[in-house]
Formats: sequence, C-alpha cells, structure tokens
Amino acid sequence: MAKRIDVSGLNAYYGAHKAIDDISMSIEPRSVTAFIGPSGCGKSTFLRTLNRMHEVTPGGRVDGKVLLDDEDLYGPGVDPVAVRRTVGMVFQRPNPFPTMSIFDNVAAGLRLNGSHKKSRLKDVVEKSLRGANLWNEVKDRLNKPGSGLSGGQQQRLCIARAIAVEPQVLLMDEPCSALDPISTLAIEDLIGELKERFTIVIVTHNMQQAARVSDRTAFFNLAAVGKPGKLIEIDETERIFSNPSVQATEDYISGRFG
Amino acid sequence: MDFTTSISDTPPPPATRSVSGKAVRPGDRIFLGLSRGSGIILLVVMAAIAAFLTYRSVLAISGDRANFLTTLDWNATGTEPKFGIAVLAFGTVVSSVIAMLIAVPVAVGIALFISHYAPRKLASPLGYVIDLLAAVPSIVYGLWGALFLVPHLGGLYGWLNDYLGWTGILSYGGGAARSLFTVGILLAIMVLPIVTSVSREVFLQVPRMHEEAALALGATRWEVIRMSVLPFGRSGVISASMLGLGRALGETMAVATVLSPNFLIGASLLDPGGGTFAQNIASKFSEADTFGQDALIASGLVLFVITLLVNGAARLIIARRKEYSGANS
Repeated sequence: MAKRIDVSGLNAYYGAHKAIDDISMSIEPRSVTAFIGPSGCGKSTFLRTLNRMHEVTPGGRVDGKVLLDDEDLYGPGVDPVAVRRTVGMVFQRPNPFPTMSIFDNVAAGLRLNGSHKKSRLKDVVEKSLRGANLWNEVKDRLNKPGSGLSGGQQQRLCIARAIAVEPQVLLMDEPCSALDPISTLAIEDLIGELKERFTIVIVTHNMQQAARVSDRTAFFNLAAVGKPGKLIEIDETERIFSNPSVQATEDYISGRFG
Repeated sequence: MDFTTSISDTPPPPATRSVSGKAVRPGDRIFLGLSRGSGIILLVVMAAIAAFLTYRSVLAISGDRANFLTTLDWNATGTEPKFGIAVLAFGTVVSSVIAMLIAVPVAVGIALFISHYAPRKLASPLGYVIDLLAAVPSIVYGLWGALFLVPHLGGLYGWLNDYLGWTGILSYGGGAARSLFTVGILLAIMVLPIVTSVSREVFLQVPRMHEEAALALGATRWEVIRMSVLPFGRSGVISASMLGLGRALGETMAVATVLSPNFLIGASLLDPGGGTFAQNIASKFSEADTFGQDALIASGLVLFVITLLVNGAARLIIARRKEYSGANS
C-alpha cells in the first residue's frame, strides 16, 4: 500500500509569483525522504503539491506531473478530494479538530469515507492510536477533547488521524518544529516505525533530524529572495551529509551559507 | 586610570527608583478612574431601571382584580381593572420563535456563502447589502409589512390552510393576514442582517489550520464546513441568534403597524389577532392614565425578565461545551 512518487517538470505559482521551478524527483516507497533548505526555498510548497493542497491557497496553481505509481495526480478528471484521501498530511502545528473528542478526531477520516460501523471504527481507532504510540496515554480518555492533550500528544493524535485512513503516502510539514525535544524524539521514533508501512516525505529545518530519520534527502535552494525555489540535489542521506555532489549543499549543511 | 574617579563617573545606584513601593502614574490613575466610573454608571443605571420597573409594577399588580399572569384581557381603567399578560407573552414568544426559525438558517446560509463560497468580488458587495438591511428604520419595515406583505400573504395562508389546516395551528379563516405568523416573517427579515453579519465574522475567523486539517483528510467543501467551520462557529452563531432574538422580542413599531391586535389566544398562527408586549405598550401608552401606565410598565418588566432568561439560557448552552470550543487551541 505504499506507493512511489515520480515528479517531473513541476512548477507551482502563487498568483503571478513562481514559487518552485521545474522540479523532478523520485520518491521511493517505504522510505523516508527529507526536504531541507533555507526558508522560502519552496520545500513546503512542493510538499503541498504532492497532495494537491497547494491549490487551496488563493491564487495557488501547479503545472507538471506527479505520478503516484502510474497515476498522474494532476491528470484530467482526477478529483483532488480523492487524492487527499490517498496522500495524508501532518502539519507544522498540531491541528486536532478542537470540537471533537480524541476518538472522533481519529475516526474523522473514516467517517468521511463512509465507515460508520461502531465496531470497525473502534478497531481502527485503537490500531491507529497504537500505530502513533499514543494509545497507552489516551485509552482511558478517548471521549475527552483532543485539544486537552499536550502539544506532542496532539501531534501524534494528528498522525493517528492521518494513518487511520491507510493512505499510500504520508506528508509531514515540519511536524516537530512546535514541539519540545522529548516530544520530537517520540515523533522521530514513530517515523522510523511508520516507514515500514508508508511512503513518508518530511520537510524539516532541523538538519540533525533529517540525518536521523531519513533515507534520502533533497536539498532545495533559491537564487535570491523573490526568485523561485529549485531542487539542488537529492541523494542518499548519508551521502548528502558526508559528501554531497553540489558545493551549495555542502555550504548549507556545514552552516557556511548566505 | 584613577580608581576613585571611575567610581564617581558611574551613574548613582538606582536607590531613588526602587522597585518596591507604589509608583502610580497619572495616566494609569485617570484611566482606572474612567473605566471604573463607566462600570459604576452602568450598574447604577441598571439598578435605577430595575427599581423603577419593580416599584411601578408592584403598584399595578396589587391593583389588578384578575390574575396578572393568566388573564386574557387588558382593561386597566375604572374601579375594577382586569388585565393579564398571557396573550402578550404568547404573542411575543411565538412571533419571535417563528422569526428565529426562519432567520437563523437563512442567515447561516448567507454567512457561509459570503465567507466560504462566494468569489471575493461578490462577497464584499453582498455583505454590504446585508448590512444595509440593518439600516432600514423599523417603521419602514412596518409600512412595507402592512402594505405589501399582508395583502400578498393571504394566498399563501389559504394554500397552507388547504393542506395543513387540519393541524390547527396552520388553519386560516380568511381576512387580512395581520397575524402572528406575518409578524414572525417580518421580524425574520429584520433580524437577518445582525445574525448574518455576526455569523459571517465568526466563520471568517475559523483558523486556516482547522480547515486544512479537514481538507487534508479528503473533505469536500461542505465536509470542511461541517467538520471545522460550523463547530468552531457554533457559539458565535448562538450569540448572533440571541442578539437577533433580543431585537425580535422588543420590536415595537413594525409589529404595531402589521398586527391587528386582540386579547385572545387562538390555536391558529395564521388568523389575525394576538399581541406582543412592545406593541401593546406602544399602542396603549399615550391614552393610559397613571394606573394604566403602571400596568403597561408591569408588562414591560415581564418582557425584561423573559429577555434575561433567554440570554441566560444561551450562555448556558455556550458554556456547557466550552472545553470543546476552539478557544484553547
């Protein structure tokens, strides 16, 4: 159920402004791919093109190809709603539905897909919460609001919500940037377990994190402020951090940047 | 460098600006006085109104020769005054409930359209038109209701009578449609702008991240509204409805212009007749003697209490699910 992603010639715009320029890459199934790069380099924008979330921003549009196995996400007749049910997403700030209980938060995606059977919902909610390493902490208060959890727990709740619908791909947009180091460690451990089942793409500002969790790393950069972001290189994480083939990557990794 | 000079060069230790003790600045004091004064004035005015209403009401109710709560009549003159608020309470509550049943769904629909569906070019003019509705004076609504709505609703009421007349509440015996239902429709139009614009503001404040949470799960636009927007806006819509209800309960001129009042509680909402507190006070006050005024003031006190109860109930509804509100995230 994990699928590979092949991107070719992808451009994304905000109105007249081009945010990312001509990106092509392949993302392997059942692996973690990290996107690193300076602020404004388009890595988050690119991530959001992978589940067609970019176009919900006013003025947002995309051209190019994103193949999920062999299906073009931007092909004619593709429903963005269906794409988002296949490619899940976790955001920078934990965003559980504040009016829903913990249980309902995890079940939200299933209910959208039309599953309403109590017993099935219960099974999937437990499985997803276990999958997100949250079950033991919340099993006694599933009916309490999700917004009462700590930040790290809320983020794991959001991960549980995303994996409950069994997506092919899980996109994570700086999932730890609002969390303390211990919660961050919990999420990183979780990412290591989740990659057995999902294709994971993670945007991070934290290079140690990219080095710790990812199998492959892509480095994005922009020529100047206001210029579109470009993919500089993508390679095995080990290689990117030890012996990158482009000088700009090495400068960024070693902190000699800008 | 000479050691002693270097000491004398340093600024004196801040002993004179000690952090302990009260350092009240004049600006703080003035602002405190102003805000505290405003608060006190509000309380004094409220207490004065309540005392006035209660005093005159006690005079009226003790002079009433019939049950003030249940009597279906309003005769506050002569030696045997008999008057009661049953018809007024019924009419006020029923017309306002009809108004809210019509206005709230429409207002929420308009607010959602403006905030989440309409293209930006259409959204702001539409919001402006809605706000303009609030600027129309209530007597103009009353005239429109009496001269346009009343003659045109007879046909609708006849049709309702043909199919739903057996229910009793929707039977219609003909005649001018100067009924509580007509008043309810008119009030619905009058409260629409306030409910719409407050709801729209609340819907626009739904955090982007809550909507994106639903979108990323594969929610359609309607599902985003159902999962993120409506739950977040719920308490705001209730508050908006209460503002509207307050206006509907107290509306005077429009009701007085449209309704043909009597002191009967009929089963049918479509047949002419009935009355409301504000309409009754407005139509009787100028000709009332002192005791008659007391009686009307007593009815005003009841309206005041009803409004308080409605607001209290709304607060309870909002507070009951507070831990689920969006406020803590």
